[in-house]
Amino acid sequence: MSKQLLVSVLAFGGGFCIMSLELLGGRILAPWFGGSIYVWGSIITIFMLSLSIGYLLGGRLSVRVPTLAKFGTIFVAAAAILYPTVHLAEPMMEWTFERIEDPRYGSLAASSMLFVAPTVVLGAISPYAVRLLVREREESGKVAGTLYFVSTVGSALGTLATSFYFVLWFEIDSIVSGLSGTLLVLGLAAIAARSWDRVA
Amino acid sequence: MVHRERSLYQTILITRAPNQLCLQFSVRENQRNQSCLDPRSPKRMVFTYTRMMMAGLLLNPQPRTVLVAGLGGGTLPTAFAELLPQATVHVVEIDPAVVAAARRFFGFETSERMRVHTSDARVFVKRALRREQRYDLVLLDAFGGDYIPEHLTTAEFLAETRQLLTPDGALVANTFSTSRLYHHESETYRAVFGLFFNFKTPLSNNRIVLAKNGPLPPKAVLRANAGAWRERLKPYDVPIRRFPALLSLEVDWDTSKRVLTDQYAPANLLRDE
Repeated sequence: MSKQLLVSVLAFGGGFCIMSLELLGGRILAPWFGGSIYVWGSIITIFMLSLSIGYLLGGRLSVRVPTLAKFGTIFVAAAAILYPTVHLAEPMMEWTFERIEDPRYGSLAASSMLFVAPTVVLGAISPYAVRLLVREREESGKVAGTLYFVSTVGSALGTLATSFYFVLWFEIDSIVSGLSGTLLVLGLAAIAARSWDRVA
Repeated sequence: MVHRERSLYQTILITRAPNQLCLQFSVRENQRNQSCLDPRSPKRMVFTYTRMMMAGLLLNPQPRTVLVAGLGGGTLPTAFAELLPQATVHVVEIDPAVVAAARRFFGFETSERMRVHTSDARVFVKRALRREQRYDLVLLDAFGGDYIPEHLTTAEFLAETRQLLTPDGALVANTFSTSRLYHHESETYRAVFGLFFNFKTPLSNNRIVLAKNGPLPPKAVLRANAGAWRERLKPYDVPIRRFPALLSLEVDWDTSKRVLTDQYAPANLLRDE
């Protein structure tokens, strides 16, 4: 296994988890804020904003001495932040429901509380991955293109697998725990492979 | 076709046949008529399932507060407002375009005692509980289009709806009688209400669930209520005297199927499989 393959697998996994979580967001919010179109509007807005901040942070983080260990730490952090939402979602949504009457702003506030932190961290994956694999300036576009490809295919499959099968087989909390576990394993794999940093 | 509109949630079709004006939620015409009206006798209920839902009056014959989730053409709320002149009828409908179509084409009118809330039913029920609002009769008829709102199929939602009932309150739900979903829904109603009446006829693909907050009335009471309502329901073409014999307590589903919950509610996948 090469460093390139490992980073690609991680980028794929990151993309998979982001969209799986976004799709579950609709199901998580529905009992409190309903299935109206603005509930989806809130979720998509929050994911897009969080990812954009994540891209910015990931890019900054990658400037000095990028390593597989730090890359893996991003995944471990995402896993650690994501897991508690399984237990915090209900009280957080109830708290919001009690305070915000309008379900548009209620769902926006609840999605912010639940999804900003994990999604910002997940957003840092892509730019950091690009930095890890780019060696020459000429190939930077190609590397970025390949990683976008891999992570977006991951997102597509995350959406498909979750909406077609996971919700039929598992409970929502189990799926979120599974995503968190997957991120943890991916992160630990990158940390374990940190000796490859010297190989470049 | 009289009118076609794409709303935020569905395609709304208003079609006219010789003696019928219909509201449909589907892209294809002549597919699952949602609500129909015979302009010559506007009281007459065209659909078997709508008539079946009037069986709620057997479980609570004099409701003073009625909640209808899902407006359609307004057939059910209009009938209850006419039949119960002292009652307050609340309707919750997610799609403002349906409310507009019901007003424009089906003569649906709101008043002091007929209020429409444009909201998701789940959100409405949660808010109503916090206002300590209670209803004598709740009718769930929000499962009409091509897509089932899954958060309205769960045990948590039914438990919230049950809390919304007065001690003698009754719930009437229009559900599916075919596909795997039937077993899951039946188990879910049983988990929340215990015993319930299962109401099916060969004339309809719909299964109506009739449940009560308190104990279910015995057949003699159902028959007495049917007798009391018979004459008044004639203009609506509701053969209520035949209903008590058709209400079944028999468990005719696979009880090993999972209860639908907020954690597990793939209703659309279960219907299509």
